[in-house]
Amino acid sequence: MAAETLTLAKALNNGLRKAMEDDPKVVLMGEDIGKLGGVFRITDGLQKDFGENRVIDTPLAESGIVGTAIGLAIRGYRPVVEIQFDGFVYPAYDQIVSQLAKMHYRSRGKLKLPVVIRIPFGGGIGAVEHHSESPEAYFAHTAGLKVVSCSNPADAYWMIQEAIASDDPIVFMEPKRRYYEKASVDLSVKPGSLFTSAVLREGSDATIVAYGPMVKVALESAAAAEEDGRSIEVIDMRSLSPVDYAPIFASVRKTGRLVVVHEASKNLGIGAEVSARVTEECFYSLEAPVQRVTGYDIPYPASRVEEEFLPDLDRVLDAVDKSFGW
Amino acid sequence: MNPLELYRVVRLIRRFEERAIELVRSGEIVGGIHPYIGQEAIAAGVCGALRTDDIITSTHRGHGHVLAKGADPVRMMAELAGRVTGLNKGRGGSMHAADFGLGIFGANGIVGAGGAIAAGAAWARRYQGGDQVAVSFFGDGAVSQGVLLEAFNLAGLWNVPVIFVCENNGYATTMPVEGGVAGTILGRGEAFGMPSVQVDGMDPAVVYEAAAEAVARARAGEGPSLIECMTYRFDAHHTFEHKARLNYRSEEELATGRSRDPLDIAGARLSTEDREAADAAIEELLAEAVRFACASPKPDPADAMDHLYATGLRARTGASA
Ligand SMILES: Cc1ncc(C[n+]2csc(CCOP(=O)(O)OP(=O)(O)O)c2C)c(N)n1
Ligand SMILES: [Mg+2]
Repeated sequence: MAAETLTLAKALNNGLRKAMEDDPKVVLMGEDIGKLGGVFRITDGLQKDFGENRVIDTPLAESGIVGTAIGLAIRGYRPVVEIQFDGFVYPAYDQIVSQLAKMHYRSRGKLKLPVVIRIPFGGGIGAVEHHSESPEAYFAHTAGLKVVSCSNPADAYWMIQEAIASDDPIVFMEPKRRYYEKASVDLSVKPGSLFTSAVLREGSDATIVAYGPMVKVALESAAAAEEDGRSIEVIDMRSLSPVDYAPIFASVRKTGRLVVVHEASKNLGIGAEVSARVTEECFYSLEAPVQRVTGYDIPYPASRVEEEFLPDLDRVLDAVDKSFGW
Repeated sequence: MNPLELYRVVRLIRRFEERAIELVRSGEIVGGIHPYIGQEAIAAGVCGALRTDDIITSTHRGHGHVLAKGADPVRMMAELAGRVTGLNKGRGGSMHAADFGLGIFGANGIVGAGGAIAAGAAWARRYQGGDQVAVSFFGDGAVSQGVLLEAFNLAGLWNVPVIFVCENNGYATTMPVEGGVAGTILGRGEAFGMPSVQVDGMDPAVVYEAAAEAVARARAGEGPSLIECMTYRFDAHHTFEHKARLNYRSEEELATGRSRDPLDIAGARLSTEDREAADAAIEELLAEAVRFACASPKPDPADAMDHLYATGLRARTGASA
């Protein structure tokens, strides 16, 4: 198959379609996902082609949707739930954390819960609180859940299929500000498997680790740093729980400097965990403390000031500088 | 209730929304709005039956409620435009505008969230005495949220002076009521032992009558009520829909839905002179609102760390230690 130009949204749509073709047990559920095709159009056209029994327009009831998905999964289906925006997942939090995450363990392996919860997350689209949040750490903190995030169309296409095929519950974080960014991709080339991190750019002086919407910022920062004569390695985590640490440790052992970037607040964010693990494993390789470039520890701010909240090129480069200046 | 006053509120909301949509288009309001156009009679009628010390909780489609409860349209417009002169210093925006001094406990970006908060605010009367009531506005989509039904139960159980006002505009975003609601909305109120009525939500006088009755009951200590107001949203679910046609309502349906306009219904009860005078005053007020909003300063990102805690602790910055 030749390379084609595709948005991340369309890649997800293609991936969902493929998963539905491959397995009749895959069903999609969510608010406005059927006739409308979802507010971000990720499920566009799928109800038309697969019918109302497989692409289900649900009432406005996140807790009920996830609970129902759990029941369906126990009976052998593979439900894929769309949460319309990040901030609307909290009504379903109880079902996700108290039920979905624990049933396999509680049943000593008897029950399989192949549920995927898709969450468009993060800011940068001029929306507000509830529509721009980054709740991934809540889920990554919960034993029994897996949490992944795609950053580009090719990963989106493959990762959504792998997530659906997996027998574990997966929270699938989609970078909504990147939905309509295009890339040239060859969908026949499968990237590394779902739970692996990927080195997107090799470098020798410092490492930037990011995921989801911030991968692009990390790559841009690395390109800018190169002009200053610094060679930066960029790693896309892809899986936030479990984390594939081997490439991160290897990189830090090589570069001695690490900057972790995410939109979510700093306090107990994914960056805190990565920083701790790297400190535990690579202490003698570190030339400087691990730097974190993150959202601030406040509720997501009004759209007028969101640019100040979101990590950008300048803030990442400042952190790189700081790491070098240590 | 004075027909002129009801008309004035309907008209104010209508024109406020139209002016706000202009500001969305010109980029002064970032993030768009959920226009209340078509549903104005509900806010006007319900809030007409309330006192300043009564409380409301509102929704994502909240401008009408906030204005009808008495918020200053000028500072409200500034809030939508994200300016420091706004009701919430520009930090609430369209979906979280509030004015606590007027009992406006906020629009709310989370569907269904306001019901329990209103019940709690109303229940405070137990401790404080007084005869205030609270109103929770919500849509037909919200009745599918667990927390709203939990609030119905608590309110019924504890005889809370709260009035639940459902604005049934036929849709939750693109989901028609028939596709999202099993049984009936009224039935939900009845199931929790609340007097429950369905009224014409296009006529502010009709809404007022129903609200006044429910408010009187609540003030008298006779507990909660549910009012289902049948209405129609004339405009988009959200202004993003102006750019992306969603095609869930046919042209015929839109025409029928818009044919009964609360503005006409309320306006027909006035003399031409009264109506024109009211309209002119509103135009002037809104011209000032738009001017003031656009001329006001934008927030300083530096104070984004303030007000995280009441006890004066500042938020940690994201900068490295
Ligand atoms: C908990 C939650 N889930 C989903 C949404 C997204 N959303 C915003 S408005 C809306 C539809 C609300 O319908 P309804 O309650 O009928 O109010 P209307 O928009 O018709 O005024 C949805 C699904 C939300 N804001 N909160
Ligand atoms: Mg509705």
